[in-house]
Amino acid sequence: MGQGPVADGPSLRRRTGVLTENPSLDERLTARENLHIYADLYGVPVAAVNERVEHLLEVFEIADRADDKTGGYSKGMTQRLALARALIHEPQLIYLDEPTSGLDPLAARQVRELITHLSRQEGRTVFLCTHNLVEAQRLCDRVAVLEHGRLLALGTPVELGQRLVHHQRVEIEVGPADRSRAAEVLNAFPNLAEMALEGDVVSVSGISRERIPDLIAALVGAGVRMYRVTAQEPTLEDVYFALHPDREEAE
Amino acid sequence: MNSRAIRAVIRKDLSTVLRSKAVLIPLILVPLFLLVVVPAITVFAGGAASSASTTGASSDIAQLLSMVPEGLRTILNGYQGDQIWVVFATVYMFAPLFLVLPMMVSSVIAADSFVGERERKTLEALLHTPLTNWELLLAKTLSAWLAALAVSLVGFVLYTVVVNLIGWPTMGRVFFPNLMWMVLMFWVAPAAAGLGLGTTVLISSRVNTFQEAYQTSGLIVIPIVALVIAQSVGVMYFSVELTLLLGLGIWAIDVLLFWVGARTFKRDALITRL
Repeated sequence: MGQGPVADGPSLRRRTGVLTENPSLDERLTARENLHIYADLYGVPVAAVNERVEHLLEVFEIADRADDKTGGYSKGMTQRLALARALIHEPQLIYLDEPTSGLDPLAARQVRELITHLSRQEGRTVFLCTHNLVEAQRLCDRVAVLEHGRLLALGTPVELGQRLVHHQRVEIEVGPADRSRAAEVLNAFPNLAEMALEGDVVSVSGISRERIPDLIAALVGAGVRMYRVTAQEPTLEDVYFALHPDREEAE
Repeated sequence: MNSRAIRAVIRKDLSTVLRSKAVLIPLILVPLFLLVVVPAITVFAGGAASSASTTGASSDIAQLLSMVPEGLRTILNGYQGDQIWVVFATVYMFAPLFLVLPMMVSSVIAADSFVGERERKTLEALLHTPLTNWELLLAKTLSAWLAALAVSLVGFVLYTVVVNLIGWPTMGRVFFPNLMWMVLMFWVAPAAAGLGLGTTVLISSRVNTFQEAYQTSGLIVIPIVALVIAQSVGVMYFSVELTLLLGLGIWAIDVLLFWVGARTFKRDALITRL
């Protein structure tokens, strides 16, 4: 954005929206009052304020209770209102701190859809801070893993998986007649962490990417007929534990 | 200067204050007590004492006249009998007590808006807005100050009505307010509001709860008690000149407090205290 937070604080803050971890809403004011006051604080054009406030109340499904004091709102409603407030001035850069924490699954999904909409359709940059790795995986183009303020890893979820996670999970679907033979081959295959048989699907974990072709070759060599072999892409959770091997042991 | 944002903060602070019982109850009870109940009791007690025994009352008044400073004695000598007591009580004795009003209102509201805002965790969102430190301080100061002036003005009008009503049987005319009270209302009261406010803002960075700030800032009524005592033992009285001077002194302290407050009011420091 070409501005520094110290020198250009006020104008930079005008272009950024922040959802703080604590919703930080005045409980003695109504939703509508909260939004109107923040519209003034962020310098939303006077002519646009009413329309924008009503639109946000509608989108975030607060319109029914817009004139109730926010002190009586549920956690989900409060969170939605705080999000609405963060968007009142249509910021280019949006910081969201744990946006779905404490929300029920439905509300959490709405918030995730909204975040996707803001970035994909409206072209805004969303800076999401979360402990929820599934959420980060689903929503983020780039992920940074921080520890004690230090950057441990940075990249797209796929890049991080390829770079950091060396052991994958592979699922192999075999014919019913070949189950036991497949199990024998896999048992004999060196350095596999775990093997499980579920119906016609054998899954193995702890195999490095380079050794997957060897595994297939061994199975083919033993005459096992395979219908499907799927190497599962590492998740951010795998990435996280690859960065913290000690934590995985502790669990 | 972003005046629209400043007005938004004032609107927010004042509507928040008006919906809080902890703030509203003292704002209603204290003026009623100070400006209606206490003056009425004082005037009627004086009247009852004098009707109980004529000689006793006149000797009381003689004693009163002997204690007060020269200037006030000249003024009071222009009245007769019970009138002296009514004028002394309502015009002079209560003058310092009236100053409790702007001080208390501004400090209660400042406590709610500076400390209460932090306590309710609503400050963080405010700090993420484009408001500068200076605008935030100005807005919060203005909201407490303007509210204090409004309550003082209402209190002044209320007191004028009450005093003229309870004084009517003795005085037989509208005798209040005099020039000194106009100076008190429009010159000293705004300064006193600034004093309550400035003290609370300074305290606010050192305490964590609204109650704490409110109670600590209650200490600022001590100088007022000193004024009440000084006048009742005859050291001084609220002449027009002295009242003007008193206002000037308080304004000077206000400027100092605001200057110190503006230097110590930093948003990054506020964030770390959240």
